Amino acid sequence: MTQTGDIKTLKLDGRDVSARADETILQIARQNGIFIPTMCELEGLSSPGACRLCLVEVKGSSKLMPACLTHAEEGMEVTTGSERLVNYRRMIVELFFTERNHVCSVCVSNGNCELQSLAQKVGLTHVHFPYRFPGEQVDASHGRFIADHNRCILCTRCVRVCDEIEGAHTWDVMGRGIQSHVVTDLHEPWGASASCTGCGKCVQVCPTGALFEKGRSVAEMHKRRQFLPYLTLMREGRE
Amino acid sequence: MAATRTITIDPVTRIEGHAKITLHLDESGRVADARFHVTQFRGFEKFCEGRPFAEMPSLMARICGICPVSHLIASAKACDALLAVRIPPAAEKLRRMIGMAQVVQSHALSLFHLSSPDLLLGMDADPAKSNLFGVLEADPQLARDGIALRKFGQQIIERLGGKRIHPAWVVPGGVSNPLSREDRDAMLAAIPEALAIAQHSLAWLKSVAETFADEIDSFGSFPSLFMSIVKPNGELTFYDGKVRFVDEAGNTIADGLEAQDYAEFLGEKAESWSYLKSAYYKPLGFPGGIYRVGPLARLNVVQGCGTPLADEELRIFRAARGRTPLSSFHYHQARLIEALFCIERIEQLLRDPEILSTHVRAEAKPNAFEGVGIAEAPRGTLLHHYKIDEQGLVRWANLIIATGQNNLAMNKSVLQVAQRHVRGEKITHGMLNRVEAVIRAYDPCLSCSTHAAGQMALRIQLISPQGEILDEAVQA
Repeated sequence: MTQTGDIKTLKLDGRDVSARADETILQIARQNGIFIPTMCELEGLSSPGACRLCLVEVKGSSKLMPACLTHAEEGMEVTTGSERLVNYRRMIVELFFTERNHVCSVCVSNGNCELQSLAQKVGLTHVHFPYRFPGEQVDASHGRFIADHNRCILCTRCVRVCDEIEGAHTWDVMGRGIQSHVVTDLHEPWGASASCTGCGKCVQVCPTGALFEKGRSVAEMHKRRQFLPYLTLMREGRE
Repeated sequence: MAATRTITIDPVTRIEGHAKITLHLDESGRVADARFHVTQFRGFEKFCEGRPFAEMPSLMARICGICPVSHLIASAKACDALLAVRIPPAAEKLRRMIGMAQVVQSHALSLFHLSSPDLLLGMDADPAKSNLFGVLEADPQLARDGIALRKFGQQIIERLGGKRIHPAWVVPGGVSNPLSREDRDAMLAAIPEALAIAQHSLAWLKSVAETFADEIDSFGSFPSLFMSIVKPNGELTFYDGKVRFVDEAGNTIADGLEAQDYAEFLGEKAESWSYLKSAYYKPLGFPGGIYRVGPLARLNVVQGCGTPLADEELRIFRAARGRTPLSSFHYHQARLIEALFCIERIEQLLRDPEILSTHVRAEAKPNAFEGVGIAEAPRGTLLHHYKIDEQGLVRWANLIIATGQNNLAMNKSVLQVAQRHVRGEKITHGMLNRVEAVIRAYDPCLSCSTHAAGQMALRIQLISPQGEILDEAVQA
């Protein structure tokens, strides 16, 4: 039974809500039917707070706070959808599109892509920033999967699922800033990876068409993520 | 003014893509030479390099918004060759059906939306009226029929592929989803109206053609070879078969040619003045190996269509125009006969119980490093040729597009029409429109052929021997 002291009362977009102290603003918002966009966050994995899409305003703080990492506090007043936040979010999504080469019409994930649907949700109609058009590699060395770095948004879900759920830690991040890339092992071809178990969890959690199954044609890559919270629960149950 | 000159038509209107025409006049003011310049460049063969081969059908279909299905089919067939699989029979039938639905819609677009203003209103009609709206005013039923016929084709594409333009449904190894009974029944219900439209449109076209009797003989009328794929029994096909060439008398000069050997019988020549390469029949060299593809070429190549109504129309066509009609004006009639054939075949396929089979895809990994796919697109024979590496990534691609294969013939036709109708230093609208109309007869798709973007428009320039532009006309 949760102790009364653990329950916090706070305001979310002017509404009084109550939550446990260990719950994040993002979780509380979802429980209350408030939509906050996310990309790096995925239920069942740790949150790095990297994508900055879930930033919210907290009264009394000049900084914007990531809803996925900010916990409920007594008397907190949180705004989730101010004009400033909406503009920032759209800008972040625009930057996703400019950083690599996202061409929805000829992507395996067209129609089933989190980035694509997020762009629609935040009202992205065009991109204000110049595209970078980097010449990224397509790693098709694996027998079953392809990594197309042109479509990677560096959410690191693949890195976390491989480390936290599969326990293989095949994926990691190499480089800094705009030079960052996800790599397999010590930047070896995926097919040559000694640690990869071929489980495919990375492919299923990837929000875009960056990781996909070989042989999939355009708009054919449907990802299944339902397994993740269940696996997490089972692993926690054993500890 | 005893000097040679050049007339430029830039841009060419009511065609698909960007082009201009230059007419070079000799010192007596007669047309000495004519060139059809395709002024757009795209580069699909280059930027597909490095992509996984399974993305190729939908990637290459983006070449064109009018005939994406043809590219899907030719590309998927090249990918089938990479997989080295035989696709399930139902998948093949479904691919045939979506291919023919596209032929119907594309032919309707070409004839009714682009060319019917010339045919109904005349070559000298006011340019402001020479469009589908002018047709709608002069003959509302004709315009409605054109729109309805195109809709018939587009709706089949939508029912099969999920959307009318750029469906991703045709995939390596087959198609991604089977046909449902409801969609089958809905398509069948649309057949009678489409058949009736095709038939009375043919009757209209045959009657209107009589009024162009004088022009037909100089409307791209010359001996050439004709090429298409044919079924083993010599019947019309859009999906598979071997390549056949016939000469101007209908004699078969090459038969049973395999798509993968295309480099042995097809040559391509690039000219400095156009982004569109000219294809020629290699054994006869360039430019002697001039050949035509597309509706007229297919009907000149085949023994028969293979469906009752289309075969009867082909018989009437040949009785009136000879075994191998040579004037490109007849592309229009050939287009309607083909539309009729496609509607009949689609009905036959829909009544085949196997069409509802749920086994519509062969799964395999690549088993060959090179694959060629061939199909008859609305405008003619289409070839996709890919090479992949051991990981399945495309390393090289070559596309041979119908419009490129008609390039020599289009240039020759422009010259013929210009020599007949263009005189002096000023360009009149009727003059210009006749030159454009002969290009429209081929229904060129320049976006495809240069593997381009934007609206189609035509420019004509009249150029002196010294290179001076004497007159210029633009139609947008």
